[in-house]
Amino acid sequence: MSEAQVITPGQYIEHHLEHLTLNLKTFSIGDGGGFWTLNLDTLIVSVLIGIVVFGTLRMVATRLTEVPGKMQNLVEMVFEFVNNAVHEIFHHKTTFIPSLALTIFLWVFFMNAMDLLPVDLLPRFLGLFGVPHFKSVPTADPNATFAMSLSIFALIVIFNLKAKKHRLLKEMLIFPFGPYLFPVNVLFRLIEECVKPLSLALRLFGNMFAGELIFILIAIMPWWLQWPPGAIWAVFHILIITLQAFLFMMLTIIYLSMAHEGH
Amino acid sequence: MEIVNVIGQIQGFSVLAAGLLISFAALGTAVGFGLLGGKFLEGVARQPELGPMLMMRMFIMAGLVDAFAAISIVMGLLLFFATNPFLAAVVNAARPAVV
Repeated sequence: MSEAQVITPGQYIEHHLEHLTLNLKTFSIGDGGGFWTLNLDTLIVSVLIGIVVFGTLRMVATRLTEVPGKMQNLVEMVFEFVNNAVHEIFHHKTTFIPSLALTIFLWVFFMNAMDLLPVDLLPRFLGLFGVPHFKSVPTADPNATFAMSLSIFALIVIFNLKAKKHRLLKEMLIFPFGPYLFPVNVLFRLIEECVKPLSLALRLFGNMFAGELIFILIAIMPWWLQWPPGAIWAVFHILIITLQAFLFMMLTIIYLSMAHEGH
Repeated sequence: MEIVNVIGQIQGFSVLAAGLLISFAALGTAVGFGLLGGKFLEGVARQPELGPMLMMRMFIMAGLVDAFAAISIVMGLLLFFATNPFLAAVVNAARPAVV
């Protein structure tokens, strides 16, 4: 915030809330193209995090040893934690759901953890190379969270179809009020299903966006006043980061097991 | 002079809206967390050996309670600190008259 020209707090916040966009119609960087816009910063950061995190897991998995080292211990701890969480809720034999849950947990966790980098670090650094805007937290972008929650919605539908087949229609028609009120039943079921991805995405996005915005507000303060509130909020935010990643994972498991078992 | 009146009115209403957004979100979560913590303590007092399990469930619920309040607070803070979109609309509409 020590540029030669003075910018107001409003402009500073606006600058930090803009994405690095790629217009797919004209292939030019930095101008919005409505629907045909890619948020490059979200894509790049999330894919990089995915590659790094799961590359590390892969590396640990190929070098398993009898006496685990530090890294292997850590990975095994996370693995067991997720596996237990899944098997507490989902009582059938499955390898798909634990792997999905582990992926979601670690990926969301590390994407959220980008929030702990100083708000000006990446934008300022990339600004030296002429990048106009950069938002470093992928999960503070509703597009990323909705992408994840819609994929999970698709999985819920697939699980429903796979587990129940022809019984699904019957369940939709007669639950919860019996066959005579079938329009109400279908309506309720549709609302119930559509709320799931919506709340999943909005919860993660809301929390991360709120955290990001409060960090930005702290960054507006004079430099000697930033440290105490920054430290307090960062410590509190570590809790929120873990909690939201865990919550996203748990709700995914719960929704999928509901889809599998039915009412 | 008329434009100043309109802008002042919009700013006043925006401040009221931001205050309502922040305060009701805080009120809701405060009640929610109070109930949550109280019930958690009750549960642990009855069966202390279930403490860790209840603690984990309590944190899940805390995350659920927290989420929409956070969204509402952010909307309020955006109205307060970032550029107010309603005000920008009025200023844009009035620009030919002002210049």
